[in-house]
Formats: sequence, structure tokens, C-alpha cells
Amino acid sequence: MRILENDMHSDAESVRSSIRGYLKVGAALFVFTAITVAANQVHLAVPIAITVALLIAGTKGTMVASVFMHLSHERKWIYGALLLTLVGFVILIFLPLVTILDGIGTATHVGHAAAEHAAR
Amino acid sequence: MNIPYIVEERPDSGLTNGKLGIWLFLASEVMLFGALFSTYIILRVGSVEWPHGELNVWLGMINTFILIGSSVTMVMSWASLKLHDFTKHRWYLIATFVLSGLFLVNKYFEYADHFARGEGPSHSTFLAIYFTLTGLHGLHIIGGMVVMAYFIGPGAALWRKTPEQFTNRIEYTGLYWHFVDLVWIFLFPVLYLL
Repeated sequence: MRILENDMHSDAESVRSSIRGYLKVGAALFVFTAITVAANQVHLAVPIAITVALLIAGTKGTMVASVFMHLSHERKWIYGALLLTLVGFVILIFLPLVTILDGIGTATHVGHAAAEHAAR
Repeated sequence: MNIPYIVEERPDSGLTNGKLGIWLFLASEVMLFGALFSTYIILRVGSVEWPHGELNVWLGMINTFILIGSSVTMVMSWASLKLHDFTKHRWYLIATFVLSGLFLVNKYFEYADHFARGEGPSHSTFLAIYFTLTGLHGLHIIGGMVVMAYFIGPGAALWRKTPEQFTNRIEYTGLYWHFVDLVWIFLFPVLYLL
């Protein structure tokens, strides 16, 4: 019984310390959002602006996932499922490149054919 | 007959059924939004010109603050249950519900402004992907609000019967809600700033 009470006490203590962490992360997320908008007002060069905005968004996303969603200390099954998802996500992001990299129906061939047809 | 592993964790995975279920659901959500982000990239890279400054950055920023605030109140709602404080939990959950409602009100004003100027989804490629992404995100907000309303109302009765199961349910709701926040964290710079 005493062991159970001690466990409950330590559990409550760990939750209280987690709450401090949640509030700190919440405050950091507010600050990062303000920084993102401020950086946008400076009118940086487009590649730099994209890099800065996505870096800050990535940092914020990592904070939400690791602290609020407890991903920093999850079971390996969850990591496994998410790793599989990440692979799928990367494929989805780069899949459209296939449509650019293929050589089907390039405009130059069409142009040549049209010019030849007009010449006849 | 009781369903096993609702409160206690499975010995093989160390997870409850609900937790594994919500994470698999979120994995499918990553695929859904991943496909749409991919669409955005291909449309943007392939377009000759891309509109800039069409959206109200300040309204978008306020909505980001609102969603971040709602994520904090959501996690506090779950933490309160872990501390066996149901009253605090309920207030935090109501706050989350109100904040999500505020988000939708802001979004309504934003949409109404666009439609008043005749800028519907068919107006441009940018607005088509903007309405698709934010509309789908908005539907997720509404879905979250329905679940929250249930736990504020009739679903709260479970706390008296099996508090551990209720706490787990709030944790799963929170995981979903943080994911919705996470999506917006990327949507805001991509649509409003870049």
C-alpha cells in the first residue's frame, strides 16, 4: 500500500514537472511564431525567406510532436509506424518529380512537328 | 464482455489499443496532408508567377496564436486528469473548445472577405490550393470540436465509472488536436508568408 502511495506521489510529481515543460514550450511556440512574421516583414531574398520560415516551422513542429504529443519518450511501435509514414511522406513529396523528369511529350518535338507541317 | 487493453497496456507492444489506433490514424492523416503539400509544391514550382501578399498575415498569425494556445490548454486538460482534478480538466477542455471556435470565426471572416471580392477557389491556382488545404484543416477542427463537445457533455460520465479509461480518451483526443495544430504550423508560413 505504501509502495502504491509512493508511486502515485512520484507520478503526480512527474506530471507537475511536465506541466512546467508544457508552459515553457507553449511560450516558445508563441515567440517563434512572432519571429516568423517579423522575418517576413524584413523582405529577405526568396530562398532565404523560405529556408528561415521552414526552419522555424520545423522547430515548432518538433516541439509540438516531442513535448505535447510525448514523442520524445514513446514506445518503439509508435516510432515504427511513424518511420513507415515518413518513408511514405517522402515518396509523396518527391513523386511529382517523376512527371518532370520523364521525357514524354516534350514541347520541342511538338514544335518541330508543327513547323514541318506548316512548311509542307 | 470487456474489451481488453483499453486501460492496461498490451504486454507485447506496451500500448493500449486506443493509443496504437490513434497513432495509426494520425499516420494516415500525414499521408493525406503529405499528398496535398506535394500538390502545392508541384503547382508552385510549375507556375510562371505565384501571388504574394493575397492573404491577411495578421489574421493568420492570430489564428496561429489561437491554435497554439488551444494545444497548451488541451495538454493541461489531460495533465489535470492525471492529477485527479476533474474540475480543472473540464475548464481547460472548455477553453480549448472556445479557442477552436474562435479559430473558425476568424477563418469565416477570411473566407467571407475572399468571396465578397469574387475570389473563390476557381479564381486562381493559388486560391484553389489555399481553399483545399485550409478547408480540409477546418474540417479537422470541426471534427475535434465535436469530440471535445462530447467529452465536455455526455462523455464526461465515464470519469465517474472508469477514470483511467476517460483519461486515456482525453489523451487520444489531445494527440489528434496537437496534430491539427502541427498541420497549421506548416500551413501558416507556406500559404501566408512564402
